[in-house]
Amino acid sequence: MPALEFAQKIKARFGDLISEPAEFRGGITLKVGDAERIAEVCRYAKNDLDFNYLVDISSVDNYGEDPRWTVVYHLRGLTHGNELRLEAGVSEEKSELPTVTTVWKTADWHEREIYDMMGIRFCGHPDLRRILMWEGYPYFPLRKDFPLAGKPSDLPGIAFSKPAPLEGGPFVTVAGGEDAIHREPRVRNPGD
Amino acid sequence: MRTETEIGYNSKIEGDVIVTRVDAALNWFRKNSVWPMPMGLACCAIELMAAGASRFDISRFGSEVMRFSPRQSDCMIVAGTVTYKMAGAVKRIYDQMPEPKWVIAMGACASTGGMYRSYAVLQGVDNIIPVDIYVSGCPPRPEAVLDALMKLQAKISTQPVLENLTAVTALRRH
Repeated sequence: MPALEFAQKIKARFGDLISEPAEFRGGITLKVGDAERIAEVCRYAKNDLDFNYLVDISSVDNYGEDPRWTVVYHLRGLTHGNELRLEAGVSEEKSELPTVTTVWKTADWHEREIYDMMGIRFCGHPDLRRILMWEGYPYFPLRKDFPLAGKPSDLPGIAFSKPAPLEGGPFVTVAGGEDAIHREPRVRNPGD
Repeated sequence: MRTETEIGYNSKIEGDVIVTRVDAALNWFRKNSVWPMPMGLACCAIELMAAGASRFDISRFGSEVMRFSPRQSDCMIVAGTVTYKMAGAVKRIYDQMPEPKWVIAMGACASTGGMYRSYAVLQGVDNIIPVDIYVSGCPPRPEAVLDALMKLQAKISTQPVLENLTAVTALRRH
């Protein structure tokens, strides 16, 4: 499996910084021990291993655990067609890691989205503004402790927001119910 | 304020002359040339385009002149999900439209926020601008848009023009 070979090359180059490659459903994941060195690992993956396409950067909120954030980098090499995931844990107190815009320019908007939704900052980013919500919005809505209905905010002349009426929701559709009544969206709270 | 006068014309009796009230005639002009401002924000806008295309043909009701400038439109059709970020722009465009103006909230999202009970979506465009007609559906069929337009025409034909003008002139004088 070539993707595993690439993972082992990264492991050989950085040693203890990188965890043993983990496989899940054919995808290889490497955990980067120190988020401060993520750009360094990415640069090696791009320049020496030809992972020339950054598919996406995503972030996970492990609410209640430490480190709270996991930032996930999805890499692909267009010449050899292999994919690789890099994961880096970031603590809530720090909530900051180096940008990889210096490696792939496309990381610009991915990192802005993560900043906007999760509130993780990327130091060295050329233009770290919100990308989906408006400038001045006080919350980070994809965090686990942010309610789905939203919170009130007001920025006169730009935008206001009010909590949405959930009426006991969220409304959830269940696939595979025996008839339409069981399948249709209804109030289904987790644990019901 | 309502006016009950309908425009009526019987060619056998009236020949080339139409006898009516000025109010009714003005309303007749107005309601048959409602120029829409297509505020297309989501998938409803696709159905709105279908309403404008040949199969459904909104021009049968005099509304084919979709104006992408608010200065030249009478009726804003809010077609789609209004996010809070977009709400300011929608309000501003509505404010830029000259009077008289009407609003059709097309579809579940524009009417109530629809399925988006979330932090990002305005729960009904009537929170920021007055809505005349609500259209149900997700998205509504083009027929539903045309029905809304006909209902709006019925509403326009009952709104007095001259009384309002007199009121405005009186206001200006004072």
